[in-house]
Amino acid sequence: MDFQTLLIHNADGVLTITLNRPDAYNAVNAQMGEELLAALQTAEQDRQVRCIVLTGAGKAFCSGQDLKEVPSGESTFFRDVLRQRYNPIIRTLRNMPKPVIGAINGVAAGAGMALALATDFRIMSSAARFVEAFIGLALVPDSGSSFFYVRSLGYARAFELATLNRPISAEQALQLGLVNVVVSPEAFPQVVQRFAHLYAQGPTRAYGYVKELLNRALALPLEDILELEAEYQQQAGETADYAEGIRAFLEKRSPRFTGSL
Amino acid sequence: MSTYTYIHPYRYENDPRVAAVQLNRPDKLNALSLALMEELITALEAFDADPEIRCIVLHGNERAFAAGADIDEMADADSVEMLLRDQFRKWERISALKKPLIAAVSGYALGGGCELAMLCDMIVASDTAQFGQPEINIGVIPGAGGTQRLTRILGKALAMELVLTGRFLSAQEAYRLGLVNRVVPVEAYLDEAFALASTIASKPPIAVRLAKEAVLRALSTPLEIGLELERKNFYLLFSTADQKEGMKAFQEKRQPRWQGR
Repeated sequence: MDFQTLLIHNADGVLTITLNRPDAYNAVNAQMGEELLAALQTAEQDRQVRCIVLTGAGKAFCSGQDLKEVPSGESTFFRDVLRQRYNPIIRTLRNMPKPVIGAINGVAAGAGMALALATDFRIMSSAARFVEAFIGLALVPDSGSSFFYVRSLGYARAFELATLNRPISAEQALQLGLVNVVVSPEAFPQVVQRFAHLYAQGPTRAYGYVKELLNRALALPLEDILELEAEYQQQAGETADYAEGIRAFLEKRSPRFTGSL
Repeated sequence: MSTYTYIHPYRYENDPRVAAVQLNRPDKLNALSLALMEELITALEAFDADPEIRCIVLHGNERAFAAGADIDEMADADSVEMLLRDQFRKWERISALKKPLIAAVSGYALGGGCELAMLCDMIVASDTAQFGQPEINIGVIPGAGGTQRLTRILGKALAMELVLTGRFLSAQEAYRLGLVNRVVPVEAYLDEAFALASTIASKPPIAVRLAKEAVLRALSTPLEIGLELERKNFYLLFSTADQKEGMKAFQEKRQPRWQGR
């Protein structure tokens, strides 16, 4: 894969996608939007890839939509860019049956914050922060932000976030449950690698089912979830990784999962 | 460097100014025997004397930092033997080190293990860390500083509870109570400890040494005497090149370039 706005590193089952427009704080323009979607779709198809890491080059994770691209005067830009650029990316992130780690190395603002919140497991540098940003321009949260805010924070805090536009520090993000881990900037790259390898060595197909179940559990009633679990458990139980898991348990050793993709 | 059996001293690969010692009796949960302590103190003092080293990290393994002193060595001793052996006095050579020492604690830090962690200047804990002084459960009391340091750090009521009940503190509790500097997932705790060590290693070393001395004095001298030591340490630094460079860089609004003297 040869990209202008992304750096791709693929090794040991971990595919790292680094947003690479550091001079623009990794703002998303048309090219990055296209390339990011392509990279994510390739990652989904590639059976060697068992974990994806999404991160940013330089000081920022992602500062959101590149404002230089937005035309002045009347246009259907906003509706179009969401439908054509951002929504497909968010859908791909949420539906991809592999774990996606958001490695938030620096500021994540606006759609950049949405990208971060669309990942499955988040590691944040203590120097990084979240900035809602939309409301500062009299815009609404997009790229799934409304969904992610209210389901992570509850209505009151989501409303506060989406209307008062106060930055959220890494420490606060951890307390609010927006991220899983906060580490100092010096430790950040190694810690991201450790978790990425942990996930890349796990039962990938099962992770995919977990993701599907948890996504659905947000929306479906208990009855439907019970039925869905029964179906996915059967499928998980038929994988080679399950057989290995049981063998390892009986032989009193660690399982060596191959992903069962 | 002579060969060690019970410890493993090494340099941190990402920063040659940071040294580390791993406690290496995993089959005994790093129970602190006389031989281990002898080796540990020798290795720490060697690093302390090495001009290249600026900061030291002490750690065990994921399961245990150290689960106590070695009971087998002392169970049958009588009072006079213990008095003449005076094994715990030697531990105080660790608190006499001039360079900053960070304990990276995962799993058990109990009894002598907790006391060893408290002899260090800072503690980075994994979320699996457990601290405690359970000596009461084997018919004795802490003998290597537990009653003195725990009380100074946690206050009377909590120290009393821990020492009299032998119960453990979780990592989160330890953080809340100010016993440890931070808590991170087990995958991240060593990286975090080394990142902290690296940060300190990048500071002007003589100021670091005198700062450590002053902070330690605050726990053991009356305020007036502590203040006098602090002032004298402050004034002492005005003969260092690094003080001149540091203040000049501040005035010139640029980054200082330390010389280490």
